[in-house]
Amino acid sequence: MNESLIQYIFGIADNALILGQRLGELCGHGPTLETDIAGTNIALDLLGQTRSYYQYVAQLQGGVATEDTVAFLRLERDYKNVLLVEQPNTDFAYVMARQFLFDQFHLLLLEKLQFSQDETLAAIAKKSIKEVSYHVRFSSDWVRRLGDGTDESHERIQEAICHLWQFTEELFEMTQADSEMVVQGIGVDVSQLKKAYHQNVSEVLSEATLKTPVLEFFQKGGKTGRHSEHMGYILTDLQYMQRTFPNMTW
Amino acid sequence: MTATDIQIEPEFLEVLQTVHDPEIPVLSLLDMGVVRSARRNGNIAEIKISPTYSGCPAMDVMADDIRLAFKEKGIEAKVQLVLSPAWTTDWITSRGREALEKYGIAAPLQPEADKEALLGNKKLVQCPQCGSLNTQLVSQFGSTACKALFQCRDCQEPFDYFKCLK
Repeated sequence: MNESLIQYIFGIADNALILGQRLGELCGHGPTLETDIAGTNIALDLLGQTRSYYQYVAQLQGGVATEDTVAFLRLERDYKNVLLVEQPNTDFAYVMARQFLFDQFHLLLLEKLQFSQDETLAAIAKKSIKEVSYHVRFSSDWVRRLGDGTDESHERIQEAICHLWQFTEELFEMTQADSEMVVQGIGVDVSQLKKAYHQNVSEVLSEATLKTPVLEFFQKGGKTGRHSEHMGYILTDLQYMQRTFPNMTW
Repeated sequence: MTATDIQIEPEFLEVLQTVHDPEIPVLSLLDMGVVRSARRNGNIAEIKISPTYSGCPAMDVMADDIRLAFKEKGIEAKVQLVLSPAWTTDWITSRGREALEKYGIAAPLQPEADKEALLGNKKLVQCPQCGSLNTQLVSQFGSTACKALFQCRDCQEPFDYFKCLK
């Protein structure tokens, strides 16, 4: 069993799971029918991608592991998602800002991951790129609309971008599993994606008449399992059924 | 990979033709380009299908429907999901495109045109009801992962557009 590879996959897949769960919370609560449907569609794509990754992890772990045990039976510290994706659905501006800041990174990551020496990861990345291109379009479009919209919408999306900015630096942090997988030609050197990310993000923000925040101090920790106070609540919801009724199936 | 790379043993064609997309019942899985191969291995039919979208909930139903259709013919079918090469809307056959239009879903355009229709607000998507090009995008995401929501400004009917995936 290749533990580094599994940890590496968690670093990618857990982002999709937790963001998918966050978006899922909004199902039926979107500000308009169209944005509600869009949010749940994006959640569905992300959870679909999560399944592909977790099925692969279960195969690597062998024994009784399934995609469900991987998703539902880990402890908080075992999840390796970035802090950004676990941030709450404060309001629509926060939801779109979080989506935008993650989508822009997600696409850059997948564009590199599709050339991974690991065939399964390469296949999942290739499949996901098509979906994530739609996510990037959608969230970038909303950042423009809100930024270049009314005074109120401008102020609120700017506030959301400024608040969430402190979680962006973590996206480019290299974990031990990252470094090991890069050496093997399996993983992506995320530290190399930073320049393109800032360029793409700033471009949209300037079109949206928004300021790109400048920060000295950033929050980190999710990638090594040290999460924000929000994570426990997410897992309480996410794992409720399996914890309450172990091994239950639909 | 193109539609011609599909390898389906002729004996299985008839059964597979009876299995349809649960969300778009006029479209058979063959016309959708979802079935990539169907081979006989002893008494077992080995079927490989390619998901349209990673999270498409219809995939599990499709796999069940395939197993069921084969079972009715007394054949055991094993269905495997393959991710690579990734499904594209190019794999929808011309018969499939026609079925979509008749059903009221606008068939996918080329990638560039798709981008312009969805983002540039260019009038490229034709209303499947009245044929007018005077249509507008209502939402990039529609009733299922594969569709966007449009409305015709002439006949006023809302309709789905099957998003180009390449």
